[in-house]
Amino acid sequence: MEFSESIFASRFQITRLDLEHYLAEALSQGGDYADLYFEYLLTSSMSLDESIVKSATQGVSMGVGIRVLAGERTGYAYSDDLAPEKIRKAARVAAYIAAGPGQPGKFDLHEGRKHNLYPVVTAPTETDFPQRVELVKRADRAARAYDPRIFQVQAVYADNLRFVLVATSDGILSVDRQPLARLSVSALARQEGGPPQRGHAGGGGRVELDFFLREKTPEHFAAEAAREAVVMLDAVDAPAGEMTVVLGPGWPGILLHEAVGHGLEADFNRKGVSAFSGRIGQKVASELCTVIDDGTMSSRRGSLNVDDEGHPTQRNVLIENGVLRGYLQDRLSSALMRSESTGSGRRESYAHIPMPRMTNTFMLAGESDPQDIIRSVPKGLYCANFGGGQVDITSGNFVFSASESYLIEGGRLTRPVRNATLIGNGPEALKYVSLVGNDLRLDEGIGICGKEGQSVPVGVGIPTIKIDRMTVGGTA
Amino acid sequence: MSDNHLAELARDVVKRALAAGAGDAECTASEGDEFSANVRMRDVESLKEAGSRAVGLRILIGKHTGSSYTSDLSAEGIERLVKQAIELAAVTTEDPHAGLPEPEELGSIPGNLCLYSDDVAQLETALKIDTAKRAEDAALTADPRIFNSEGASFDTHTGRHIFANSRGFAGEYRSSYCSLAVAPVAREGESMERDHWYTLARGFAGLEPPEQVGRIAAQRALRRLNAVKVETQKVPVVFEPRAARTLLDNIFEAVHGMSIYRHESFLAGKLGEPVAAANVTVIDDATLPGLFGTSPFDDEGVPSRRTVVIEKGVLKSYLLNCYAARKLGMKTTGNASRGLTGNAGIGHGNLFLEKGARTPEEIIASVRNGFYVTELLGFGVNIVTGDYSRGAAGLWIRDGELAFAVSEVTVAGNLKDMLLGLETVGSDLEFRGAVAAPTLKIGEMTVGGR
Repeated sequence: MEFSESIFASRFQITRLDLEHYLAEALSQGGDYADLYFEYLLTSSMSLDESIVKSATQGVSMGVGIRVLAGERTGYAYSDDLAPEKIRKAARVAAYIAAGPGQPGKFDLHEGRKHNLYPVVTAPTETDFPQRVELVKRADRAARAYDPRIFQVQAVYADNLRFVLVATSDGILSVDRQPLARLSVSALARQEGGPPQRGHAGGGGRVELDFFLREKTPEHFAAEAAREAVVMLDAVDAPAGEMTVVLGPGWPGILLHEAVGHGLEADFNRKGVSAFSGRIGQKVASELCTVIDDGTMSSRRGSLNVDDEGHPTQRNVLIENGVLRGYLQDRLSSALMRSESTGSGRRESYAHIPMPRMTNTFMLAGESDPQDIIRSVPKGLYCANFGGGQVDITSGNFVFSASESYLIEGGRLTRPVRNATLIGNGPEALKYVSLVGNDLRLDEGIGICGKEGQSVPVGVGIPTIKIDRMTVGGTA
Repeated sequence: MSDNHLAELARDVVKRALAAGAGDAECTASEGDEFSANVRMRDVESLKEAGSRAVGLRILIGKHTGSSYTSDLSAEGIERLVKQAIELAAVTTEDPHAGLPEPEELGSIPGNLCLYSDDVAQLETALKIDTAKRAEDAALTADPRIFNSEGASFDTHTGRHIFANSRGFAGEYRSSYCSLAVAPVAREGESMERDHWYTLARGFAGLEPPEQVGRIAAQRALRRLNAVKVETQKVPVVFEPRAARTLLDNIFEAVHGMSIYRHESFLAGKLGEPVAAANVTVIDDATLPGLFGTSPFDDEGVPSRRTVVIEKGVLKSYLLNCYAARKLGMKTTGNASRGLTGNAGIGHGNLFLEKGARTPEEIIASVRNGFYVTELLGFGVNIVTGDYSRGAAGLWIRDGELAFAVSEVTVAGNLKDMLLGLETVGSDLEFRGAVAAPTLKIGEMTVGGR
C-alpha cells in the first residue's frame, strides 16, 4: 500500500504538503529531528463465559503523535482530532522542547523499502460478526467435550486493524496496514469436590480469519486449555531451590525475552543502567546459545513491515554462540550511540513515545534430541508451559512462572507439579545451558510485552534446552 | 469541549440508542489532559503534553448486550457508535442476568470528595521540571555510590468523567492528580542496583518535598547493593508496606465477584468463615475524601460506599457489581468498574488492611532469622488454588536486625495459609495509591535460593 491509497490520504485528505508543513511546525524552534505518527485503529472483541456470549464490543480510535528530538531531549504531543489546526497545535507543543533557530521547512518525503509480511486481503476485523462469534462458541463446546471434569470455560476472541502513517524529517514516508487477531481459552477442571485447577491456551497472529478455521482451530486451543487443567488436578507441590531445569519448546522462550531481551534494549544501555551495559563482545551464554530478534517473520504476532518510526524491521542477532553481539536500537538511541536503527522502535499508540522493543525473540535450534535431553537428567524439573515473566534490568534478575511443569526423576517425566516461579540472573543464566534441542518451536501467538506502561504484541520461541542450574520457587 | 457539552452528548447518545431500538443504554464519556516531564542526570529528557476525549456506549436489546466506543465525536462518529452497539446485540447470546441496576440502586454520594484541585491545571512547566530536578538531584547527591539515574518524572492529569443511563442516572465528576517519582542507580564493585520512590496527591500542595522523595529513593537503591542469594529454607517473612500492598491486590482478585461465581477463587463459598488470622481486617472504602480510590458513584451509577471485606479474620463480603450480585443472589456493593465500554467489570475503591499496634521496628526485632521483602517480581500467584510463588528481593533479618541484602530468591506458600498465618500487623499504614497495607509478618514461607 502506498500513501496515496491510504486511509489518511483518502478519508482524511492529508497530503504530502500537509505532512511537510506539520514537520516544519514541529521543527520551528529548532531540534535535530521530528516525526509524525498517524494512527487509525479499529478493534473488536467477543467473550464467552458459562456458554453465553456475554459481551461484544467494537470501536474506533484515531490520532496523531508528534515528536521532536533535540540532542537527548524529546518533546511529544498528540491529538485525537485530525483537524489541521489541532495537528499544528500539537506540533507547536512538541516543538517547545528545542530552543534554537527553526529548520528550513523542506523535507523530501519518499516512500522507501518495506516488507510485505502479512498480505491479508480481508482482515478479521473486516469480516462478519457471526463467523467470529462462532469461534468462541466452538471453543466452549470443545473444551467441555474434552473431559467431564471441565466445569467452566471462558473464551475470548479479539482482533484489530491498525492503519499507520509515519512521516519523518529524515524524509521517510511510510504507511502500513496491520491486522492482528487472537483467540484465548481458559478452562477450569475439578474432580470429586476437590479444588479446581485452571488451564489456558491461545494464539493467533497477523492473519486472515481462515487461520482459525484451517490452521489453529478453536478446538485446538480448547483441547490444550482443557488438557492443562486436567493434568494439574494431579499436581504435587513444586520443589524449592537450585536444580536442573529443562524447558520445553515454544512459549518457554519467554526465558529469552526476560533474561536477555529487555536488558539488550538500547535505551537502557545508552544510559548504562542495564546489567548488559558495555558487554558487547563478552561471553554471556554457553556457546550453544544463539539468540535472535526477528521482526520479519511472515504473519507472526510480533512482526511488522516497518517499525513505528518508519524503518523496515530486520533480523537482529543478539547473542551468537554465547557472545553478546548487539542491542535493539531505535532512532534516538542509535543516533546517540552512533549506531543504526535495528527497526526496533515501537510504541503502543499515537499517544505514546516510541522506544526500543523486541519483536519475535527466539533461540536457534541445536543438535540434541529432546528425548535425550530429558533422559540425561536424573532429577530436575521439566517446564512445558509458562504464564508471564518480569525482569529487573539493572540487577539482571528475572522471573517467569511455570503453569505446567513436571518432575524429572531418573530421566523420565513423572508427576505434574503446582505453579512455581523460576528465578535467575540475565548475564549468568544462559551460561548454564548444556544442551539445546533440534526442535525449535515458536509460540502460538499470544504474547504481550509491557515496558514503561506501554504494551505491544510480541512473539517468543525456543527449542528444548537443558539449564544445569536454576532456582525453582516451590515449597517442597 | 465546554463544561456541559460532553455531559449533554452522553445523554444524547443514550436517547439516540433508545430511538435506534435499544431497550436500555448506558454511556460513559471522559476527557482529560496529561502532562509529563522527565529529567535525567539533571537535564530535561522529555516533555509530553496532550488532551483527549472519547465516548463509550453499551446497550441492551432484551437480554442481549452490545458495546462500542469512539474517539470520533463528530455527528457521523456518534451515529456510527450507536449503530455498532446495536449491531452487536444481534450476535451476543441472551443472558438472563444481564441488565442495568434497578432505579432505586442508582445515585451518587453527596459532599465534596476533594478529587479535583485547581492548582494542577495551572502549574507552570518550569516548576514541574524544577520539582523533578530537585528530587533527582537529592538522590544523586545522597551518596557517592549513586552513580547514575533512570531519571525523575513529574506527571499531572486532570479529567472529567461522565456517566448517563436510560434509567434516569446522569452524573459527572472532575479529578486531578500529580505525581513525582525518582529512580536512582547505585553501584559498588560489580554490584549495580536501582530502586525508586514516589509521592502522589490530588493537588500539588499535597506532594511530599522533592528532596525527601529523592533521598528515600537513594536509600532504597543503596540498601540493595551487594545482595546475596541465601540457602533454601522455611522462615518467617516480613513484607514492607510496598510489598504488603501486593497481598491486598491478591485478596482483591480473590473476592472479585466474577471469580466467585465462576468458582475460580480460593475464597469462593467462604463467606462467614475464618479465612485470615484474627488480627486481619480488610476494608474497601470509596468514600474517603481526596484518596485515589474515591469516587461519588461507580461505573454503573451506583453510589460508592464502605464495605468490610474481612473482619477480624472472617470473610464478610465479596466485591460485586450488579451482574455478579444477580448471579450470586446478592446486592451490588457499588464496585462496578469499566473503561469506556463493555459490560461492567469489578474494581476496588480504597482497599486497605487496617493497621495494627506494632511498629515496623518491633516487627523486625521479633524475628531471629527471616526475610524482609522489599520487592516482588513476576506473576506467580494462582487465585484459583491460592498457590503463591514470586521472585523477591529484600534484606535478611538476623537476630532482630536487618543484616544484609538478598536477591535472586523466591518466596512461596499458599495464600490460604499465608492469610491464616499472618502473625503481626504493623502500625505504619499510609495511602500511596488506592491500595494500602502496613508492614505484615507471615509466620512461615519457603524462601527458594541456593
